[in-house]
Amino acid sequence: MTTVVRDAPRTRPNPVLELSRANGDLLVLTHIYTATLVLGVGALFGMLQGFSRANLIVMPAWFDYYRMLTAHGVLMALVFTTFFITGLFTYCVYRTIPRVRSVTLGWAGYCLMLLGTAMAAVAILDGSASVLYTFYAPLKASPLFYFGATFLVLGTWIVALDLFLNVAWFKRARPAERIPLPAFMATCTMIMWIVATLGVVAEMGLLIPWSLGWTSGIDVGLTRMFFWYFGHPLVYFWIMGAYTIWYAVVPTTFRGTVFSDALTRLAFVMLLLLSTPVGLHHQYLDPGVSSGWKLLHTMTTFGVVIPSFMTAFAIFATFELAARRAGVRGFANVVRWLPWRDPVFAGPALGMLLFIFGGFGGIVNNSYSMDVLVHNTMWIVGHFHITVGGPVALTFIGAAYGLIPALSGRKLFAPKLALVQVYTWFAGMSIMSIAMHWAGLLGAPRRTSDVSYFGAQGAATWHPEMLWAAVGGTIVALSVVMFIVVATGTWVADRRTASRPELAFAPLDRDAASTPAVLDRLGRWAFVAIVLAVLAYAGPVTQQLHAHAYLAPGMRTW
Amino acid sequence: MAIHVHRQERLWLTAGLAILVVFAAVITTSAIVDGFVPPSRVQSIDPTKVAQTPPFDHPGLRRVAPGAYEAYYVARIFSFTPAEIRVPAGSRVTFYVTSADVEHGFSIPETGVNTMVTPGWVSGVSHRFAKPGTYLLVCNEYCGAGHQLMAAKVVVTP
Repeated sequence: MTTVVRDAPRTRPNPVLELSRANGDLLVLTHIYTATLVLGVGALFGMLQGFSRANLIVMPAWFDYYRMLTAHGVLMALVFTTFFITGLFTYCVYRTIPRVRSVTLGWAGYCLMLLGTAMAAVAILDGSASVLYTFYAPLKASPLFYFGATFLVLGTWIVALDLFLNVAWFKRARPAERIPLPAFMATCTMIMWIVATLGVVAEMGLLIPWSLGWTSGIDVGLTRMFFWYFGHPLVYFWIMGAYTIWYAVVPTTFRGTVFSDALTRLAFVMLLLLSTPVGLHHQYLDPGVSSGWKLLHTMTTFGVVIPSFMTAFAIFATFELAARRAGVRGFANVVRWLPWRDPVFAGPALGMLLFIFGGFGGIVNNSYSMDVLVHNTMWIVGHFHITVGGPVALTFIGAAYGLIPALSGRKLFAPKLALVQVYTWFAGMSIMSIAMHWAGLLGAPRRTSDVSYFGAQGAATWHPEMLWAAVGGTIVALSVVMFIVVATGTWVADRRTASRPELAFAPLDRDAASTPAVLDRLGRWAFVAIVLAVLAYAGPVTQQLHAHAYLAPGMRTW
Repeated sequence: MAIHVHRQERLWLTAGLAILVVFAAVITTSAIVDGFVPPSRVQSIDPTKVAQTPPFDHPGLRRVAPGAYEAYYVARIFSFTPAEIRVPAGSRVTFYVTSADVEHGFSIPETGVNTMVTPGWVSGVSHRFAKPGTYLLVCNEYCGAGHQLMAAKVVVTP
């Protein structure tokens, strides 16, 4: 089988190939360090938000709460995750398809992403784009913000193109072989990402001319629909990045294997197909969208749970199989046997624990009329902190402790601190997220700088939860400081290892069945994904366009 | 070329799928039989002419039958009009809300009243207020610098 995926032993070192690999490593390392820096800034803002909502501080007018909230949301949801994932997938493809390659396209993508981020950051920090990360019209940010966000997305398309070209080269060069599993997961996810980001690019096609003053009004309902067409698959983009690490990297920490090559590919194909036709579950409470269309998306959203069930099974099966081969049996013994002192394992594994709760919460949110009780309350904030802030971020950070030494050839600085860091994050995020969920059940609204409402009766019960959320947020922020100390310490201390440590990918299980070739026909699956997205959205978009003749003028209300 | 699926995995996936089917069936049944659907009114309005468009030119409470009210609200940065309504306990109130400027939210915590308020559309949501008390009505979608101040009251008298 080809799913290897340590580099083949090189009897005769090929200096050109070595140089090519080093160039690729530098590109990926730059992605990872960019993501690290962004995470640090975002976490600081997050902590201050917690203090503000708990009425411990009041943000000054020159850097008000909503400006900070916009920065936090954009940096964490759109920038940190995207830089990490594009870096990770570049790593997956470059390492499993070793060849002499140009990294020009990869760097072009990175630079455009960085330029876009810088433009959006300037707009947010100078106060001309306090529109939060959802930028709902008719709140009108400066054109710089919309251009920046667009460039960020277009940059990821260039990265995707680079990866697709590499995979296409592989298929041409070795037509008899399967696409290596990590490269398959990367390609599958990037195809899903392109299908999804078409929505936000279409939205930008409406917002940019409007923000430049070329059009006088905006169809608010339509921009919301375009946003959420992109907004939910965005979540799956994060999750597929985390799953890639769970399937392919986590087993290497205990000499485990990929449980099933075929089922892993099937899960990713299902995620590609089902991530997009689900976005209306974010718009259950929107006027102008019939309840029937919303119910359709409830059903498709339940469908996208299935590949997550498959993943849960595969991951626990991987644990158990490896433990049995080491002669360990019984639930408690297997749990004890796992390498809880290795942050590359502990980060993702603690993330998996959080995801059990995140997944349950997600099913509640998707439950149609039940969403009325939690929509736009702190419950939702708790939900996405226990998902993107839990399994996704912890997995990425854990993987970074393996990636940084593998890419830089440096010894990890303060590995004990790295271990403490992942557990601290787990504790802080649990406290914060539980408090947020609880506040949400009591009705506390999200996206509000202060929930005291002049001492109103109903609001009094929210304050203790906000205090707990601030406590949890502070612990997470401390944890981020530890991560940054380890990441920058590794760089600054610059202790070279004799042999470059490898963040290898797990081999296939020896029992694994042969994989149907049709799963690798990614072009075909991309076509099906687009057809499903069109089917799910043709009705509601037509409804928006037909029933709605009115445009809203833009406003700056901050 | 079938994919080999382990027996335990088949059991696990079957159980998972069964749970999802039960969820879907419960949701669909309660939607069709009991009418438990999220607020999904489809009625457009010119957001630049809200103040001139009846009934939103005179927002407020109307009694339509004994124990049944309609309340017309305009959401505008950073307040709701009317700022306060009073109804006797046991009343069913249907809220119709629209925005004269940006996206707002309309939520009465710990009740089923929760809807987005989108410029260009009229939202509708109905609730029976069984218990007397002063209910806080808040905007739960970010609308600008004074968003945290945007609130109103629903007073339910004994």
